[in-house]
Amino acid sequence: MIHISKRPDFNRFKGKYAGLNRWTGFGIHLLVRLIGLVLALAVSGVLIYAITKLNPIDVYAEMANGVFGTSRRVWTWLRDLALLLLVAVGLAPAFKMRFWNIGAEGQILVGALATSACMIYMGSANIPTPVFLLIMGIGSMLAGALWGIIPAVFKAFWGTNETLFTLMMNYIAIQLTSFFIPMWEHPKGSNTVGIINAASKAGWFPEVFGQQYMLNIIIVAVITVAMFFYLKRSKHGYEIAVVGQSESTARYAAMNVKKVVVRTMTLSGAICGLAGFLAVAGADHTVSTATAGGRGFVAIIVAWLAKFNPGTMAVISAMLVFLNKGAITIASKFNLSNDVSDIIQGIILFFILGSEFFINYRIQLAHEGKKEEK
Amino acid sequence: MENIKARAEKTAAATEASGGGRVPAVEMIGITKYFRSVPVNDSIDMKIYKGEILSLLGENGSGKTTLMNMLSGIYFPDSGSIRIDGQPVHIKSPKDALDLHIGMIHQHFKLVDVLTAAENVVLGLNESFRLNLKNVRREVASICEKYGFTVDPDKKVYDMSVSEKQTLEIIKVLYRGADILILDEPTAVLTPQETRRLFSVMRNMKEDGKSIVIITHKLHEVMDISDRVAVLRKGKYIGDVNTADTDPQQLTDMMVGHRVSLNIDRPEPDNVRECLKVEHLSVIDADGVKKLDDVSFTAMGGEILGVAGIAGSGQKELLEVIAGLQSALPGSSVIFTDRDGKTSSLIGKTPMEIKKLGVHLAFVPEDRLGMGLVGDLDIADNMLIRTYRDGAGMFVNMKKPRKLAEEIVEEFEVVTPDLLTPVRKLSGGNVQKVLVGREIAGDPSLLMSAYAVRGLDINTSYIIYRLMNEQKAKGTAVIFVGEDLDVLLELCDRIMVLCDGRISGIVDGRTAAKEEVGLLMTRLETEAGK
Repeated sequence: MIHISKRPDFNRFKGKYAGLNRWTGFGIHLLVRLIGLVLALAVSGVLIYAITKLNPIDVYAEMANGVFGTSRRVWTWLRDLALLLLVAVGLAPAFKMRFWNIGAEGQILVGALATSACMIYMGSANIPTPVFLLIMGIGSMLAGALWGIIPAVFKAFWGTNETLFTLMMNYIAIQLTSFFIPMWEHPKGSNTVGIINAASKAGWFPEVFGQQYMLNIIIVAVITVAMFFYLKRSKHGYEIAVVGQSESTARYAAMNVKKVVVRTMTLSGAICGLAGFLAVAGADHTVSTATAGGRGFVAIIVAWLAKFNPGTMAVISAMLVFLNKGAITIASKFNLSNDVSDIIQGIILFFILGSEFFINYRIQLAHEGKKEEK
Repeated sequence: MENIKARAEKTAAATEASGGGRVPAVEMIGITKYFRSVPVNDSIDMKIYKGEILSLLGENGSGKTTLMNMLSGIYFPDSGSIRIDGQPVHIKSPKDALDLHIGMIHQHFKLVDVLTAAENVVLGLNESFRLNLKNVRREVASICEKYGFTVDPDKKVYDMSVSEKQTLEIIKVLYRGADILILDEPTAVLTPQETRRLFSVMRNMKEDGKSIVIITHKLHEVMDISDRVAVLRKGKYIGDVNTADTDPQQLTDMMVGHRVSLNIDRPEPDNVRECLKVEHLSVIDADGVKKLDDVSFTAMGGEILGVAGIAGSGQKELLEVIAGLQSALPGSSVIFTDRDGKTSSLIGKTPMEIKKLGVHLAFVPEDRLGMGLVGDLDIADNMLIRTYRDGAGMFVNMKKPRKLAEEIVEEFEVVTPDLLTPVRKLSGGNVQKVLVGREIAGDPSLLMSAYAVRGLDINTSYIIYRLMNEQKAKGTAVIFVGEDLDVLLELCDRIMVLCDGRISGIVDGRTAAKEEVGLLMTRLETEAGK
């Protein structure tokens, strides 16, 4: 008989468990994950060889080259990492409150729309760049916040289902974008917005320390650190944790549950909206229905895998963006179809998630008793 | 039906045949079970004989339910073996257990609300495709007649009282042919009268040759009903004694491992003053059903006011209205008087508004982990529930709650690996110590507790009684909602009895008889007497 049971919680930040000190535990976890990674590479290697007859080592090398080969590639990787991380950071408080916000995609998109609107209508007004960026940032946050507040209010006051509600809000955002694209299209007849302010670069992120994407990274880093302390140490963070665990306990503790729900979703939506600002002003300089690019959904995986720890979220974002970029590179380099790179991504993710399973659960034969615990 | 009779005759014959050397119906040999790496049952050897009632006694977490779950197929032992009628068996599922004629009645009933009694009885049995409820009804009626149950086979479960549901659970396992019945704390939810009825049914079943195991905390019931008592302590089998040869004190000593005084203190109240005056309080629930109907009483500072009643008679609503968690109908009034004589009305106020009035109100709710505490947070974080707003700025001050957590763990001997363990990982008794400790730390003028000792072992229960008495001595008004009448009668100065949302009487705890309170719980007196 095979038995699957949950392992005792082992929180390496919280000291000892079962005689293991925190670093031993950390080391074991790291080892399990590394084994998962090696297995993933081995299995996809076999598959790559079976399908394409290419040397898997070459393929992996090309993957790494595609992401880290030049400093520009590294900066692009960092930029995309930052963007995904920001969305995950935005989702964290909502999910910690057990509010299933799957509307980040829409929140990013309306943030991006607000940013584009500012760039298009105010671009020629010669506003000093810092002020202009501030206006755009606030605008995007307001738009995102609105997309968060609406489902939150309906949930708090009329008990609607936030999962369906936030999902539907995504479609509204996409339709809105489709509505604005013809209005803003450039050149005429292209049915795309094109690069906004291509000549004046008004509203584009300036270079910081000589790096084009440094500002993106700084903004995200600051918000991530702030979110860490907000969730862990602030009174609001405590309220979020309690409301997420049990509404009756929250009421018992004299918390205003409705207020906490609406406030938290405002914050969540605003940060996701800000991600739209980064995507437009800091990266694409244009807007389309694909601006969010599925990040709103991938970020859900990031947030949950990291159990809402912003530091872990950064690591997971880095890995996911690496996989994505690497897969695209090999697809074009070796003339593979996009499906192959998707398969490789899938296999690697599968093993990484698999190692999480082995970290959290253990499998034992029923008669073995406790022997292997130590 | 023939089936049952035949088996009954067979078992009766077997009992007779055994004469002096009794036949064990169940033999558990060297049973060991680990949860994580902790042994919850440690090489337990136990026998259950035919035609006996065996009490399984032990503190919280001593492994009683786990042991019985291995007999009923819910858990599988890590090592050890089980023999039924001398034959080694492997019980891998509840179905295996039933095939071996073992049936367990769990603390939480497993009935389908929208079905009738008869339908619940046949549910899940591999009967022929067409349900023949007529036969079922007949057989249910014959089981009832045989053992003295009363149940209406066509009554829907949602219309049933707790005791009817329990009866139905027992009939269900009898219908399935159980000869070995395990009852997990069956009396926790019953009134004294219902308990007596259950015991008479159990005696009838015993006469019929059935073996019955009853898990309970209540020593007087052990003395009353069982033939033999087996005691577990910390997963180990301490021993068994014939009930006739023992007394509650010896059993307690076996259970706890050292001597415990079984008397509850009841100091004379002193400096009594009015603290909470409730008048014409009525509450309806979301479905418009009246949960409290014109309830009026006064809780005095310096005394313990007990609240007795069958579960669901309005106790929960009463406490929640006072705490500001439920709203009351117009015309209700709840007036709080603090130690300086300042009065304030609590009705219609939110918990936050009550807090801002400066009312120090402590509330130990029935649902400890669902309302009083947050299961996933550690002890220190749970201390914050009352105080997290203290201090300026947007960040929480962690120093004080950590200190309080340390104090509570030390003072109340909370068993925990460390302060950072999530409270849901603690045992029931320790969870309650954390909750009561936090509530008392707020230096309340009114302390309300609902079923504060439910599921707690004797040791912890006495700690809780001591704490209640300490609060009383400090002049706090204590409202103690309880279910064990013996405890209420020993601890409380006055006892208010609720029946169906109304006060059926308020009696003096020093003079009232248990029967009197028991009757008030089920029958509404015309005039709420003082």
